[in-house]
Amino acid sequence: MSFEPTIVSFLCNWCSYTGADLAGTSRIKYASNVRIIRVMCSGRIEPTFVIKAFTEGADGVLICGCHPGDCHYHEGNYKCLRRYHLLQKYIQQLGIEKDRLRLEWISASEGKQFAELIDDMTETVRGLGPSKVKEVMTTYT
Amino acid sequence: MAKEEKPKIKLAVYWGAACGGCCVSVLDVHEKLFDVVAAADLVFWPIALDIKYKDVEAMPDGHIDVTLFNGAVRNSENEHLAKLLRQKTKVLVAYGSCAHMGGIPGLANFTTKDELFKRIYDETESTVNPDKIRPQPEHEVPEGKLKLPEFYNDVRTLDQVVDVDYYLPGCPPQTERLVEVFMAIVSGAELPPKGSVVGALDKAQCDECKRKKSDNKLIKKFYRPWEIQDDGETCFLEQGVICMGPATRGGCGVRCIEGNAPCRGCYGPPPDVPDPGAKMMSAIATMIDADDEEEIAKIVAQIDDPAGTFYRFSLPGSMLRRKLT
Repeated sequence: MSFEPTIVSFLCNWCSYTGADLAGTSRIKYASNVRIIRVMCSGRIEPTFVIKAFTEGADGVLICGCHPGDCHYHEGNYKCLRRYHLLQKYIQQLGIEKDRLRLEWISASEGKQFAELIDDMTETVRGLGPSKVKEVMTTYT
Repeated sequence: MAKEEKPKIKLAVYWGAACGGCCVSVLDVHEKLFDVVAAADLVFWPIALDIKYKDVEAMPDGHIDVTLFNGAVRNSENEHLAKLLRQKTKVLVAYGSCAHMGGIPGLANFTTKDELFKRIYDETESTVNPDKIRPQPEHEVPEGKLKLPEFYNDVRTLDQVVDVDYYLPGCPPQTERLVEVFMAIVSGAELPPKGSVVGALDKAQCDECKRKKSDNKLIKKFYRPWEIQDDGETCFLEQGVICMGPATRGGCGVRCIEGNAPCRGCYGPPPDVPDPGAKMMSAIATMIDADDEEEIAKIVAQIDDPAGTFYRFSLPGSMLRRKLT
């Protein structure tokens, strides 16, 4: 059986979660590898959440927020964008491939784009293979 | 009738993978040493007293009242002594950053044992080792078998090896804090719950820092400390110099900042923060003064080494405790 990655995704309540909901109500099929966690704003997503997802066995982490300029709280998504860039640099220093962490903007009307994004990321992470983070962090050598 | 003397407490100090600074910080009690010696017998302290490991092994379990264990666990000798002292000690204190979160030796978790040995025994500019000799844990000589401790791939914190009662952070801990904690133990005061960080505050460094701060910290450019003329009074972050203050527990007396050097985070994270570096990344990113993706990437690129900067003292004790290999 081929490897089925687990992708933890954090979606903001106002745009991206609604976009994912639209994908569902529109009956669009997409990969079932994603585990969605709803947060009020992408600005709420602390680096700790992303790191914890990896240490608990996620093969990929996806963050989605409102498009720039559209944040319900004006600037939460910009804060998220800045954290994302810093986090990318950090996880690569620790040997985690950059494609395991992704940030995309999904609006409430972009159900189709959301479905395509999930399919695309699932394939990318499948190509990378299982993440070693959980095993390495729990095995002392 | 002779005054009945209160029995002295038995105190031990041990170093694992450490620089020796923690032991010196114990010596820094200066004339308070008389108070310490009046209340405690030092039963084991390799840096100062000639007491052998076998003497410790001969002690009954729980014989030592308090052990200050400084240094990380780097090799089998450190691990053996950590386990031995745990068995012989009533109150085991992880003393200093290395025992608490891994400290500076913990930065070795960015590499591996093999890479380290290759660098040290083959590559350094001063190495002459044509036969590629490497230290072996065991070696036969005519007189018998020689043994060296086994060097581990991972640097571990003390609590990754044994159960720890208290943590006294700092690189090294401020001696005044040690005296306070020690006197509390001696006086029989009620001790905080097991697992507490003692000798430090619950608030962040910024709370104690006297530098001028505004509510709106915005950073357009990050500077290394030598790239900028510090004005001596404005918050380091507002000047664009990375200071770990927001994600670091207070209690040290902000000595680095008072000495015009930014905080590096040796006191570890405030309570309920599982990962100091992640909190610091969260805080720093919020301060970046740009909304445009390209500009953000450019500013973030100015932070040369986020992992090493934000986890300088805490890599083995953080959530991603080593580099994947």
